[in-house]
Amino acid sequence: MEASPQLVEYFRTQMRTDPDMASAVAAIRTLLEFLRRDKGETILGLRESLKWATDCLTEVDSSVAVSSGGELFLRFISLTSLEHQDLSRCKKVMEERGELFLEKISLSRTKVAKLCHTFIKDGAKILTHSSSRVVLRVLEKAAAEKKRFTVYVTESQPDTAGKQMADALRRLNVPVTVVLDAAVGYVLEKVDLVIVGAEGVVESGGIINKIGTYQMAVCSKAHNKPFYVVAESFKFVRLYPLNQQDVPDRFKYKADTLRTVSDLSDEHPMIDYTPPSLITLLFTDLGVLTPSAVSDELIKLYL
Amino acid sequence: ETQTKCGTISLFSHLHQYSRKAPLTQQLSIPSTVIHPSIVRLGLQYSQGIVVGSNARSVALLHAFKQVIRDYTTPPNEELARDLVNKLKPYISFLNQCRPLSASMGNAIKYIKKEISNIPSQFKEEEAKTKLQKCIDCYINENVVLAAKAISKYAIKKISDGDVILVYGCSSLVNHILCEAYDKSRKFRVIVVDSRPRLEGREALRRLVQRGISCTYVLISALSYILPEVSKVFLGAHALLANGYVMSRVGTSQIALVARTFNVPVLVCCETYKFCERVQTDSFVSNELDDPDDLMVTRKGKTQLENWHDVSSLGLLNLVYDVTPPDFVDLVITDLGMIPCTSVPVVLRVKNLEQ
Repeated sequence: MEASPQLVEYFRTQMRTDPDMASAVAAIRTLLEFLRRDKGETILGLRESLKWATDCLTEVDSSVAVSSGGELFLRFISLTSLEHQDLSRCKKVMEERGELFLEKISLSRTKVAKLCHTFIKDGAKILTHSSSRVVLRVLEKAAAEKKRFTVYVTESQPDTAGKQMADALRRLNVPVTVVLDAAVGYVLEKVDLVIVGAEGVVESGGIINKIGTYQMAVCSKAHNKPFYVVAESFKFVRLYPLNQQDVPDRFKYKADTLRTVSDLSDEHPMIDYTPPSLITLLFTDLGVLTPSAVSDELIKLYL
Repeated sequence: ETQTKCGTISLFSHLHQYSRKAPLTQQLSIPSTVIHPSIVRLGLQYSQGIVVGSNARSVALLHAFKQVIRDYTTPPNEELARDLVNKLKPYISFLNQCRPLSASMGNAIKYIKKEISNIPSQFKEEEAKTKLQKCIDCYINENVVLAAKAISKYAIKKISDGDVILVYGCSSLVNHILCEAYDKSRKFRVIVVDSRPRLEGREALRRLVQRGISCTYVLISALSYILPEVSKVFLGAHALLANGYVMSRVGTSQIALVARTFNVPVLVCCETYKFCERVQTDSFVSNELDDPDDLMVTRKGKTQLENWHDVSSLGLLNLVYDVTPPDFVDLVITDLGMIPCTSVPVVLRVKNLEQ
């Protein structure tokens, strides 16, 4: 099919213009634009080309959220009566639903922040991992509510994303310390709670996130500290990993690595899987969920 | 005093006590002459252990009901919908006395009763009978045959090359999955764990070896020895309870417990028609007792425990089922997809909505 480089260019432009936007939201905007420009003749052809477009985007950005966001977008717009005779009417309906979906998910971070900030008490010490825009939004809201708290951020090798998080927090006048990834066990006794973001939430209620999250979860469990996850609902994905090995390779490594490197055994994976037994609560725009409730929500979303 | 009567263990005295010595038909309260012959045959097959396994029992039950419906004639001044249901009641009590009903059989019976009572009164007898037989065929096809295909599809995604898979006893569904995976050229080997007195693992072993799958056979006492080699455990289930507990052949919870300790993923495969609304947290409250004489073993001409009845302080316990808590189970594969053990009530709710 045509228009693949246009698609990728549009996606990259979206990501550049608003760096605060989640990559999945950019992907969904791209898919909506693709839908508008598509000149297909049948509904089935439309669905096929949307699936193909999602695959193209996952080749650019291999994060779990892009693939889950794309699939949910497709389901949401098709979850309506498409019995109209006229194809353009059907397309219009799908476009309207697509815009509705986009609107809903743009508000999701605010909803999550509203639910989560009450769990941060005055004087709390928080530990977080790497750089997550949702966690940043939660901490912004808590700071806006005039709560005093300190944050420990892990440096998060190999891309030292933790430093970006620290900079953003310093701009909010929140006292922040960057710690080594290896120092998580050391710092946990000082900490009251752990909040992390997620790249994907899987069917079991576990999460897929930047490498180092699993370690942090195991240490929190050992220290009996609550381990909270904040994630928007479009990150819910129909995957069920049994252990670290079971996570598909296409999510573990960056898209460029997958394309260029043939033998992946030398590469470091960028993500890991945290099982639901280590997670206390998940804050999503669907509400505050226990890990076992995630499966219920997924069944509602997908069935 | 752990004994009340000779051989009865007080903790299980609320369950039906079993003995294969007296012929079954003499013991029953319902005379077998008023029962349809195919049902009598089915009852004897259940009690003698000729038809075993959750799926086999419900399918045999449904086939027997088809026969009953075929031979049924509506008495004058009676409506088929009501009369047939009443006719089935004594048959079901008879079967229950031969061997307690399984959860899958209970769900099948509920479905049949609903279908019968929903027959519109204007249907002629022949029409109604054909419709019911078609319903039964449809039920078996959807819930057993197609469900097995769907479950195999999901399960094969979880089997990777080089896996060492542990199975326990003989589950028709798990055997089906392994055979399908082997046909799709997955490279794996199987360890079959077996336990006395039923030694059902031998049947599973026979079926798998016939296909060409390389298998190892151990008894359950060697479980912790063999588990470090294992990459996954596949278990079948007799029923899945509403609180997420898995009811299965006795020994399953032991396997799940030891597998959890060794951090080996435990996958339970179960069709949705075996999900039941019951809630149970232990294996005492509701279980089945099998013949305690099966525990006697004859080796080198000597039978141990031959005269156990004469020893007043000795009781023999032969349990059939046990329950496994959801914390030991990592994944349940059903025909609706892969779900965690705690999502069983959601599936039940979705199914109720569909009906």
